[in-house]
Amino acid sequence: MLLASGAALRETGAVSDPILDIQGLSKTYAGGTVALDNVDLAIRKGEIFALLGPNGAGKTTLIGAVCGLVRPSGGTICAFGKDMGRHWRDLRRRIGLVPQELGFDMFARVDRAVEYSRGMFGCAPSPQRIEEVLRSLNLWDKRTSQIRHLSGGMKRRVMIAKALSHDPELLFLDEPTAGVDVELRRDMWRQIGELRNRGTTIVLTTHYIEEAQEMADRVGVIDKGKLLLVDGKAAIMAKLGRTQAQVALAQSLGEIPSWLGAYPLSLEGDGRTLVYRGGDGSGKGKREVAEVLRLLVQHDVAFEGVETRESSLEDIFVDLVENKLERV
Amino acid sequence: MNLRSAIAIFTNEVTRFFRTAFGSILSPVLTTSLYFVVFGAAIGGQIEEIGGVSYGAFIVPGLLMLTLLGEPTSNASFGIYMPRFTGAIYELLSAPVGVFETLVGFVGAAIVKSLVITGIILATALLFVDYTIVHPLYALGYVMLVASAFALFGFILGLWADGFEKLQIVPMLILTPLTFLGGTFYSIEMLAEPWRTVAQFNPIFYLINGLRWTFTGASDVPIAVSLAFTVAFEVLCVAVIAVIFKTGWRLRD
Repeated sequence: MLLASGAALRETGAVSDPILDIQGLSKTYAGGTVALDNVDLAIRKGEIFALLGPNGAGKTTLIGAVCGLVRPSGGTICAFGKDMGRHWRDLRRRIGLVPQELGFDMFARVDRAVEYSRGMFGCAPSPQRIEEVLRSLNLWDKRTSQIRHLSGGMKRRVMIAKALSHDPELLFLDEPTAGVDVELRRDMWRQIGELRNRGTTIVLTTHYIEEAQEMADRVGVIDKGKLLLVDGKAAIMAKLGRTQAQVALAQSLGEIPSWLGAYPLSLEGDGRTLVYRGGDGSGKGKREVAEVLRLLVQHDVAFEGVETRESSLEDIFVDLVENKLERV
Repeated sequence: MNLRSAIAIFTNEVTRFFRTAFGSILSPVLTTSLYFVVFGAAIGGQIEEIGGVSYGAFIVPGLLMLTLLGEPTSNASFGIYMPRFTGAIYELLSAPVGVFETLVGFVGAAIVKSLVITGIILATALLFVDYTIVHPLYALGYVMLVASAFALFGFILGLWADGFEKLQIVPMLILTPLTFLGGTFYSIEMLAEPWRTVAQFNPIFYLINGLRWTFTGASDVPIAVSLAFTVAFEVLCVAVIAVIFKTGWRLRD
């Protein structure tokens, strides 16, 4: 069973010397809503960690608890080896946040908004650094524009520029590409990749599975405040990945022949479609499909076509959230 | 201590003020001129000297106080309410910024704005009446003290408010009436009992008289009482804000 209890998580997502170590984090809002339920999570230095979950799963609350926007009901948060509660001043200087909602003084100039953020995190004024950040996000030409005159995508870049202005070592991106077009999303992925290459540890929340699949080193799935799974992307695919194959038969079969009994097969479409659902994401599924086809040929069962599909991270995510306890 | 964050907040707030400089400057000039035309020239001409100064000169500290209570209150309340409203408050909450730096930034900016407006009002008043400031340094200190006290009060107001209406209610329905009834345009010596006694329960009365003392050297109450009152109010506001930051009330979920 892959449902992650705290202990199980520590096993599956074992991290030595984490940059962020969350233990038993809980948050219950005033109305009684449990947003986080005993969450354990450790983030490795230099990785991109994607936190996946449907709306209201607790992703933003988790980030908010680390960044000081939410008061946890219980648990501990350690960053860079120190307790956030006691060393918040020193630790927050090293952490950056890009929240989900666009929130700034719309009348402020782009460059001044970024300078303001740098100052808030205790950094000395640095026109060079501001220029560097604005150029890297293609905002330099807009530096004297009021934020309200920018497009939605540009505004989101300003949010990122503000978060990068103090050179955080640990950066939280809460739905960084929500509401941006495909081209800009790809551009942001590239920029996030560049940040990682420069050594920044990135925790991002998203409900675009494609985003996690494209960028993340490790993935966590959260739902209803519980962390269901934390592991490397490849390891998740290996553990939970599935192969699905549909063999269109020339003639219908009344039942699965005994010589195919060893394989996870079923018949659909009046017995004209033989369906394989199995494998473990490591290639076993493809091998078994090949064996099934060979057996069909050996036993003179004619077929007209074969269609195979490997499950994506999205399939795994949906499966986890919808049938969280039933996975192997 | 993160001094740079205090400077960042201060700069941001002052920039915000000068972004709307036209309205910020024109409004007190126009309001003060109107008060002097109505009260100083039209009605004041019928009133004899009060405490040895002309009526026009007598009302200068009161008019100044009218602005000194309203401007820092609304500036500080909008200063903290708007980020809450737009979501920009995340930056204050996620940055290594404590209550001290926050207040230095917001209150410092409110003092600067108030000094600019004070200068404008005093310059405008000179166009209508001759007045002198008997204790100019005390006047400067007192203006800064009152501005900071009401900036703190405005800060609390901005945290308490959960809509624009609440931001307006307190200045409009409480501060302005209390200022008018606190002796802006008259000395309580001019009131009959029981109103003279009632007026002494108005906290603004002590503030106006404190400032009036720095201008004319005379007031309805001793300057020490006015000063103690102002400082106590300031300390109370700081304590309330410290508790708000500690508990996260209206700031953190």
